[in-house]
Amino acid sequence: MSRKLLLEHINVPGIHTLDVYRQKGGYRSVEKALKTLTPDEVVEEVKKSGLRGRGGAGFPTGMKWSFLAKPEGVARYLVCNADESEPGTFKDRYLMTHIPHALIEGMIVSSFALGAKTSFIYVRGEMMPQIRILERAIAEAKHAGFLGKNILGSGYDLELYVQPGGGAYICGEETALLESLEGKRGNPRIKPPFPAIAGLYGCPTVVNNVESIAAVVPIINDGGDEYAKVGIGRSTGTKLISASGNLVRPGVYEIELGLPVEEFIYSDEWCGGIANGKRLKATVAGGSSVPVLPANLSLKLANGEPRLMSYESLSEGGFATGTMMGSGGFIAFDEDQCMVRNTWNFSRFYHHESCGQCSPCREGTGWMEKVLHRIEYGHGKMSDIDLLVDVAKKIEGNTICPLGDAAAWPVASAIRHFRDEFEWHVKNPQLSLDTNYGLANYAEPIAKAVSTEN
Amino acid sequence: MSDKVKVTIDGITVEVAPGTTILNAARQIGGDIVPPAMCYYSKLEGSGGKCRTCIVKVSKGSEKDPRPMPKLVASCRTTVMDGMEVMNITSPEVIEARSGVVEMLLINHPLDCPVCDQAGECDLQNLGYEHGLQKTRYEFERRTFERIDIGDKIQLHMNRCILCYRCVFTADQITNKRVHGILNRGDHSEISTYIQTAVDNDFSGNVIDVCPVGALTDKTFRFKNRVWFTKPIDAHRDCPTCSGKVTLWYKGEDVLRVTARKDVYGEVEEFICNTCRFDKKKTADWTIEHPTHIPDTSVIASNHYETLIPLPVIQDDERLKEANRIELEKTTKF
Repeated sequence: MSRKLLLEHINVPGIHTLDVYRQKGGYRSVEKALKTLTPDEVVEEVKKSGLRGRGGAGFPTGMKWSFLAKPEGVARYLVCNADESEPGTFKDRYLMTHIPHALIEGMIVSSFALGAKTSFIYVRGEMMPQIRILERAIAEAKHAGFLGKNILGSGYDLELYVQPGGGAYICGEETALLESLEGKRGNPRIKPPFPAIAGLYGCPTVVNNVESIAAVVPIINDGGDEYAKVGIGRSTGTKLISASGNLVRPGVYEIELGLPVEEFIYSDEWCGGIANGKRLKATVAGGSSVPVLPANLSLKLANGEPRLMSYESLSEGGFATGTMMGSGGFIAFDEDQCMVRNTWNFSRFYHHESCGQCSPCREGTGWMEKVLHRIEYGHGKMSDIDLLVDVAKKIEGNTICPLGDAAAWPVASAIRHFRDEFEWHVKNPQLSLDTNYGLANYAEPIAKAVSTEN
Repeated sequence: MSDKVKVTIDGITVEVAPGTTILNAARQIGGDIVPPAMCYYSKLEGSGGKCRTCIVKVSKGSEKDPRPMPKLVASCRTTVMDGMEVMNITSPEVIEARSGVVEMLLINHPLDCPVCDQAGECDLQNLGYEHGLQKTRYEFERRTFERIDIGDKIQLHMNRCILCYRCVFTADQITNKRVHGILNRGDHSEISTYIQTAVDNDFSGNVIDVCPVGALTDKTFRFKNRVWFTKPIDAHRDCPTCSGKVTLWYKGEDVLRVTARKDVYGEVEEFICNTCRFDKKKTADWTIEHPTHIPDTSVIASNHYETLIPLPVIQDDERLKEANRIELEKTTKF
């Protein structure tokens, strides 16, 4: 059994209440941080832990905190990004539903480290139950003296607010989130200035994912060095993985980073293999935004070594043969799934969610969606495949925020690895409507896949 | 001047004040190396960064940190650093990305230039000529909207809009009643009817001038004439609300429309009020100054004979001089 840091007590009845959470050792980190540590020492612990942002980009959290500008007389804010809307990712919702106090405890310690007197949890609008759960938990914590004025007699004041969003995917982008939090239309801001300099209401702000903030609790409890011992290399600690798709046991799992992908899919401790005795065709390792990989490259690196669930190993080989950790939304596709349809589905999502601010994303996402729709419904042309690659390339890197990249990568990678299937769709328009291409060579040993690359 | 920073754009070095954007530094150099800008408007605070036509490559970050920037950056919103080296027209990567952006801007544009009032002074038209493809690769229906009248003087033709947000910033700047001018998301976004509430303002007509395309047009000029058949004349009047400095667009003896004076980048010099723009259309209302200088590259210049001086080679050769006698006489007549 691997080590659990966040979900250790997930099955304890009543863990969502303050009393049970306290019995299981909750709010120890608040006492430790506020009574024995200075804010800088907390930041130092997080730095030592090597914790990397769990929202998608994987930027070291401690370093992000140390970039926060600290001008005199200006408020600083900590904003928790709970606008979890990446297709395939549902870990934050799970955490907030079952152990809301873990997030609140993390928020108190993190706000203390950053010197924020007011902090916000920006929750996606569709998650109304979670908003209520968090508000109840905040009320409990406040009643117990963990929030409000002079927490635990340390002289530190903190107010914590929950803000429901409107349910737009783009508001998960940190600057769009801040705009939305300010009550404006959720358009991403043009960076620089970064939120660490001018964020919420123009004040220095740190925006962190729910899981990153919750991970601060074990870091403070056990010390950063202890946390860094879990995991592999620069991917330290544990990570919540939202496993979905054609798996025997989909769900939220807490893994130690460094777990082999193969073990994660097939071991009975985790997902228990592919459902209905089918074979694995492809995986999306980190939510819909990351490149999709065929089965062979999902399980093994291009050099034949096993691929591990870690930031480095998943991105090994760049975009040619690798993918990204992303937000940990692990989607498995079995041999009956159509990659063209899946790509179209992702593309439809990004078309719908593009904010419309900058031209390449606004126009390009719609264009890709229409071309993919055409291929999927049997009206495609051979030239469409190259057109898609070209449009994806024109979007990638030329947009204000990463949504453009996120829209381009799944399309570009699907064509890179599953070009045969796209061509089959174009050549067999009628056939492709009711059958699908099947597994083909996508699970065969790597050498073959690499040679088709060339 | 030690407080100036040095920036090199396409091999040309210029010294600018710290905090200047790459685009404005390039404008100080001038000429072909100035990146085109569809959404940036120097008079409007907060504009820019959206259309992505002005993207450039920063091949050297600064003297202190010489690493290149990983992505192409929007030159209108990136400030220069000392020793920065920027590649605009010298970088194939930039040219390719820019033509990609132009293609994206055009895929939902109706291309109805033959019936568009903006034709001839349209930034998108110029950009399309320079970077666009001959033929579109887009084979789907373009998005369409109903035309909206914003007050009785302005018409919004949303089909042509490229969502540069300039009119939104203008409306923000002239009135505090408006919150936002965009409805919906992605390629369904439209300049919204909220902007109609901003029309109750003396300066609302300026949204026509800032619009880079023909999405916002002057209803008093709509379908009256092609801009290149009209003659622009700078004039002024003693206006109690604005500076009163305008350009009158004449056809024969009639003033067909009044606009603010625009600089070489198509940006107005001073915003004008609606009275000047819509109601003062008689020569008697104005004090005429001189013909507006129009750059040779503009189609509007085709009616301006001051630039029609025969080439030097003609002036040297007796035989050619005789053949071009009428043209040479014109140079002294006008």
